[in-house]
Amino acid sequence: MKKQVLAFSIAILAASGAFAQANNTLAKIKASGSVTLGVRESSGLGYTLGNGKYVGFHTEMGERVLADIQKQLGLAKLDIKYQPVTSQNRIPLVTNGTVDLECGSTTNNAARQKDVAFAVTTYVEEVRIAVKANSGIQSIKDLNGKSVATTTGTTSVQTLRKHERAGGIDFKEVYGKDHADSFLLLETGRADAFVMDGSILAGNISKSKNPADFKIVGEVLSVEPIACMLRKDDPAFKKAVDDSIKRQIADGSLAKLYDRWFMQPIPPTNTKVGLPLSEATKAAWANPNDKPMEDYAKK
Amino acid sequence: MSWDWQVFCEDTMERVAVQGCDITYLDWMLSAWGWTVSVSLLSLLLALLLGALIGTLRTLPDRPLVVKLGTAWVELFRNIPLLVQIFLWYHVVPSMFPAMKAVPGFVLVVLALGFFTSARIAEQVRSGIETLPRGQRYAGMAMGFTTFQTYRYVLLPMAFRIIVPPLTSEAMNIFKNSSVAFAVSVAELTMFAMQAQEETSRGIEVYLGVTTLYIISAFAINRIMAFIEKRARVPGFIVAGGGH
Repeated sequence: MKKQVLAFSIAILAASGAFAQANNTLAKIKASGSVTLGVRESSGLGYTLGNGKYVGFHTEMGERVLADIQKQLGLAKLDIKYQPVTSQNRIPLVTNGTVDLECGSTTNNAARQKDVAFAVTTYVEEVRIAVKANSGIQSIKDLNGKSVATTTGTTSVQTLRKHERAGGIDFKEVYGKDHADSFLLLETGRADAFVMDGSILAGNISKSKNPADFKIVGEVLSVEPIACMLRKDDPAFKKAVDDSIKRQIADGSLAKLYDRWFMQPIPPTNTKVGLPLSEATKAAWANPNDKPMEDYAKK
Repeated sequence: MSWDWQVFCEDTMERVAVQGCDITYLDWMLSAWGWTVSVSLLSLLLALLLGALIGTLRTLPDRPLVVKLGTAWVELFRNIPLLVQIFLWYHVVPSMFPAMKAVPGFVLVVLALGFFTSARIAEQVRSGIETLPRGQRYAGMAMGFTTFQTYRYVLLPMAFRIIVPPLTSEAMNIFKNSSVAFAVSVAELTMFAMQAQEETSRGIEVYLGVTTLYIISAFAINRIMAFIEKRARVPGFIVAGGGH
């Protein structure tokens, strides 16, 4: 009986503790000695190697941010828990406290800023067009009357729709259920082009049977700032994350990290993605900011 | 076949889309519902026709080859997962028969879903026929009916009445199974839900709306089948709630 009372009161204490720290992630990390990092399982910026091992440019950057926070808090040991997230559940998991910091491939936009906060932009994604090298397609205008593949549940679908309505061009959209499926549509000729984030296109091309058969062409259809996501109204935690990222930019370690994940052979297949640092990402690093996607479109 | 549900947004004089009738998420959801219903009803029609045929063939007396063919059909289509069948139709069949490349995804989904369900319906038709007392078939033969006439006038009318309840389940299942069509680019409800929740970040509202439409569709089919069951009932034969 006594034990149960004890357990119960501890549970109550823990619950009320969690309540008090709802928007003080730093205090929560300090008190618990652990932190939960939201990661992606199959994205250009973060993926899994299986067996609970998560790697990638943003995953590793997130780990370095947490290491800096550990130093700042003076913790001898910080236990990082990895929580894989999907496009569907990442925002609820951050707002309900399951995930403290999500570093995957989340676009910072105005709609999401109502629910969550974003760290400074660390990667600027450009939506591009991948085609077969021999197709003769050079820009979005050449897609008139062609079929264009993209992946269900991505912002590229919306981008494509906007361009179609604004540009007076007409193409037939085909939707793959994931990126690999969309790429297969392009590979088998069911689609003439695959419109998607540049890093994903480059990744899929590098992993294809014959990468020389494909190329990325045309104008940038949309610019999307990708950033780590954290809970809203927690300025101390946001400052800690931003400071760490700014330090990584300033001392060149972020550029080295980028080079390692995009220009060097990476696991599991040891192939190169081969996507040089874009001008837009360089600009974001030169002036660290957390502007949403909408501000990029205005330019 | 590429359907354009936006036709309802065009004005009747110039056939241009009217301002203010720009596609909203509601329009999109209703259009997606249209696709779900189209896929489901066409598949159901195909499944009923094929299922009735194959199921009947499987009970033919003295035709071992035809029965084996029917068995092969059923086992082929019910032993392969539906999603895998969809991909076989969409990616594998066109690479073997280039002519199939021109066939739109919508038709392929109807074929895949229709064939998959036809195997299940065939089993129900067969069990319905085999449930009938042997005397029924003998009665037909005693009347001097041909095999076709025996099935047409004696066996099938009773067998179908027996299997209305499992057919109702199949008809409702087809609506739910139609959600796999999103995998091959049919703009139906599941695809709408995945896409709209990404664009709007309002997943709960979107999924609630979509769920409601699925329930309405499946329940409508359920009521229609219940009506058929009631109307087609033969007094004294499997009376609902009455027993034998």
